[in-house]
Amino acid sequence: MSTQTTSPAERTALLPVIPPNVARATATAGGVLTAASAFLAWTWTSAFPGDLTISGYPGGLQVLTLVAGVLTALFGLASYGVRGTRWLAPAGANGPVLLLALGALGTTWYTLLAISAELGGLANWEPGAWFAAIASVLAVVGALGLPFDEKAAASLGAPAPGATPLQQAWHTVRLALAPRPLRAAKRVPAYQEILIIVGILGLGLLVFTYGIGTAYGELFVGFLILAAFGVAAASKAGLLARASEITSRYRGVTMAGAFVAAALFPFTQTDDQYATVGVNILIFATVALGLNIVVGLAGLLDLGYVAFLGVGAYAAALVSGATASSIGVHFPFWAAVLTGAVASMVFGVAIGAPTLRLRGDYLAIVTLGFGEIFRIAVNNMDGKSGPDVTNGSNGIPNIPDVNIFGLDLGATHDIGGFTLGRFANYYLLMLLITAIVVLVFSRSGDSRIGRAWVAIREDETAALAMGINGFKVKLIAFALGASLAGLAGTVQAHVQYTVVPDPYQFAGPVPPNSAFLLAAVVLGGMGTISGPLLGAALLYLIPYKLQFMQDYQLLLFGVALVVLMRLRPEGMIASRRQKLEFHEDDEELLGPDPVAATGTEDSVGLSKAGA
Amino acid sequence: MATDTKTTGDAAPAAKGTTLLEARGVTMRFGGLTAVNNVDLTVSSGEIVGLIGPNGAGKTTFFNCLTGLYIPTEGQVTYKGTVLPPKPFKVTAAGIARTFQNIRLFSNMTVLENVLVGRHTRTKEGLWSAILRGPGFHRAEAVSREKAMELLDFVGLADKAEHLSRNLPYGEQRKLEIARALASEPGLLLLDEPTAGMNPQETRATEELVFAIRDRGIAVLVIEHDMRFIFNLCDRVSVLVQGQKLVEGTSQVVQSDERVIAAYLGTPFEGEPGEAEAAEVEAAEAGAKEEGK
Ligand SMILES: Nc1ncnc2c1ncn2[C@@H]1O[C@H](COP(=O)(O)OP(=O)(O)O)[C@@H](O)[C@H]1O
Ligand SMILES: [Mg+2]
Repeated sequence: MSTQTTSPAERTALLPVIPPNVARATATAGGVLTAASAFLAWTWTSAFPGDLTISGYPGGLQVLTLVAGVLTALFGLASYGVRGTRWLAPAGANGPVLLLALGALGTTWYTLLAISAELGGLANWEPGAWFAAIASVLAVVGALGLPFDEKAAASLGAPAPGATPLQQAWHTVRLALAPRPLRAAKRVPAYQEILIIVGILGLGLLVFTYGIGTAYGELFVGFLILAAFGVAAASKAGLLARASEITSRYRGVTMAGAFVAAALFPFTQTDDQYATVGVNILIFATVALGLNIVVGLAGLLDLGYVAFLGVGAYAAALVSGATASSIGVHFPFWAAVLTGAVASMVFGVAIGAPTLRLRGDYLAIVTLGFGEIFRIAVNNMDGKSGPDVTNGSNGIPNIPDVNIFGLDLGATHDIGGFTLGRFANYYLLMLLITAIVVLVFSRSGDSRIGRAWVAIREDETAALAMGINGFKVKLIAFALGASLAGLAGTVQAHVQYTVVPDPYQFAGPVPPNSAFLLAAVVLGGMGTISGPLLGAALLYLIPYKLQFMQDYQLLLFGVALVVLMRLRPEGMIASRRQKLEFHEDDEELLGPDPVAATGTEDSVGLSKAGA
Repeated sequence: MATDTKTTGDAAPAAKGTTLLEARGVTMRFGGLTAVNNVDLTVSSGEIVGLIGPNGAGKTTFFNCLTGLYIPTEGQVTYKGTVLPPKPFKVTAAGIARTFQNIRLFSNMTVLENVLVGRHTRTKEGLWSAILRGPGFHRAEAVSREKAMELLDFVGLADKAEHLSRNLPYGEQRKLEIARALASEPGLLLLDEPTAGMNPQETRATEELVFAIRDRGIAVLVIEHDMRFIFNLCDRVSVLVQGQKLVEGTSQVVQSDERVIAAYLGTPFEGEPGEAEAAEVEAAEAGAKEEGK
């Protein structure tokens, strides 16, 4: 049996040698057995983190195997059409079963290989480990034998006549995973839909909290593997489409709920360790979202954006009564915030006004230069090589804690039995800033000015001819982006006690820096709200959790960027527009619609000619 | 500002015959190439004026000079008696809207959003208004949406309002460009080859559309290669050849002008009028259109 001789269109499954019934049973049973293996001892020594030596209950990475196994089994049952599980897979269960089985295989085998690598050889596997290894393979083999869904295959179509063997193989894989076209969902009463939203948000909080709280690198890697396959499965099962259907019906409720869920995060923590991570992620994410206005909406490539964060942080540090401050005033927090935002805006206008009149790459070069100039200038304004403003490379230490209405954010507070430490306090404060930025983004994006930004991004000449003052509109985007970054900078200064020039650089190992900010936007999804937030969370957590790969971090980062841009150029979260923009050649591979194809080709070819 | 449609809409037909656009001695040079050479043109309210000429004659360049995309090397353009500022967005605000020979829609915006962008100059809600969302903002958005939908209905795209504009077929993209231009509530609409790439039925429909636009009180200046289209439609036709205006007059005058025929066919025909000649003209037009693509 070889791929070359059998045309993919005739294939009914990835492994058609297994009868469908047997395949289904094997996959489901494999899931159950994988889950069961988590209760066995996998190794003999607790030297491997998470203590996998205990029979009876799962520990550490075994929890992930348990979850993956249970999910595989559940979707296996859904593929049988068992009552009560069918809602899991409105778009067909076969693809999701395969993805989840692969997720179980991934986490389990990752754990087992890590055991043998860290402890030195397969001898460290207890029988439980062998059991887990075999069970997870069994589930995948079964899942590979599941037949393609006919309706899904019909909606995907046949491969183009001239497809290369590689393209045909890829088409077969897509066939195995293709979701069935979704039927309109049965409407349930509003309160139930809102309960579903609450459930989704709760699940989100749970996953996020678990990810942040993973105590060692191995657990985080296992978590990432499972999360990636889990999300892919949910997407192919049609659950994500259903969820976004409901959440878009109650946008206000969802947004408010998301912030409540995010605000609950510090209450799930017993100490301040992960609240620190949380607040840093929020700062990073908020700045990335501000950058998304400039890059994602208005299409202006800003390579020195982190400097605006720096301007905000320094402005706040200078006016907040730090002993080393050259100004020596102590503004209340709200005034410091305004100072930071306005200072950033002034810099934004000063940089933007001369450059935004130009088109193309000039802006990228100038902003790149500005970012570096800011850091170098701040480094030199120490009273020796320049005026004494920023205290040079020593920075401004001992920035007093924020005091809002007599509430000292530097102190620990007890609220309803929960103890919130310093970083938890700042987490909540920063969340407020994030909420403001989200609000500004969504409201300005959906308005006359936001449409003008997108129009400029799409075709500047046409936008001008439609009456848009391109320069003014771009300057507004640039200044707004700058002041939002400044806003985040004011909180950052207080969180860190100290501001120093070095972190505000173009590229470095620790986010946020300009390159990581841009990557968070591009990887997450340009023009979306949740994209940069998700992108920033991942780009912060991955280097933070995986300290061991610090030396290769930028390399891996580059590889990940290239791979993602090849497979999913619209980023992890696609805006409504880009979803349609990027996956057109996929359709073309499957026999293009002649009218649409000529239409696009013409307009592309001609628009190059210029008006 | 917001009442501009009303004023142009009601006043223009009443004042039929007043000069809207007046271009005097417009010259555009690109280095050594004179693309437009000392061209005069007037468009009065209520008129449909045609601008024809072989490819490369300078028609599009002339349009760009009128709309501020190019600053003419010499000459002056006035609209309703005032000199037009050399900024495209100010020209649009003054009341001249245009479409492009190579469709330039905002391809990743929806059909409705494209038309809403066209309303930019007729609305003034800024960033603060968008962020604070007072009652004024919602009212302005609602009015804009209503007017945009009315225009989509006018060109026959109302049922596609939520489609991405890039996914529309070619003919509908051209219609959408017209709707987007109309959204700026112009007094004069410039159409650059509005039927290029259309089949005969679509061309007829566009003809009707242009008449309907004129009936809304909007004067139209149209570039086209389809002679039947031009001669059916236009009150006056101006012929541009190698950057210079050759003839101007009614359809009949231009149609029978030998210099025009010569310009289009290269050599004048002698002693072989009638069917054969008409066929040749058609063929030449078709050839010209191919080249234009
Ligand atoms: N931006 C430009 N730079 C240099 N030459 C140009 C430019 N735009 C147009 N031209 C030239 O001007 C002439 C007229 O072009 P155009 O106005 O597009 O003709 P038409 O629209 O009548 O077919 C052509 O020879 C063209 O190559
Ligand atoms: Mg032209």
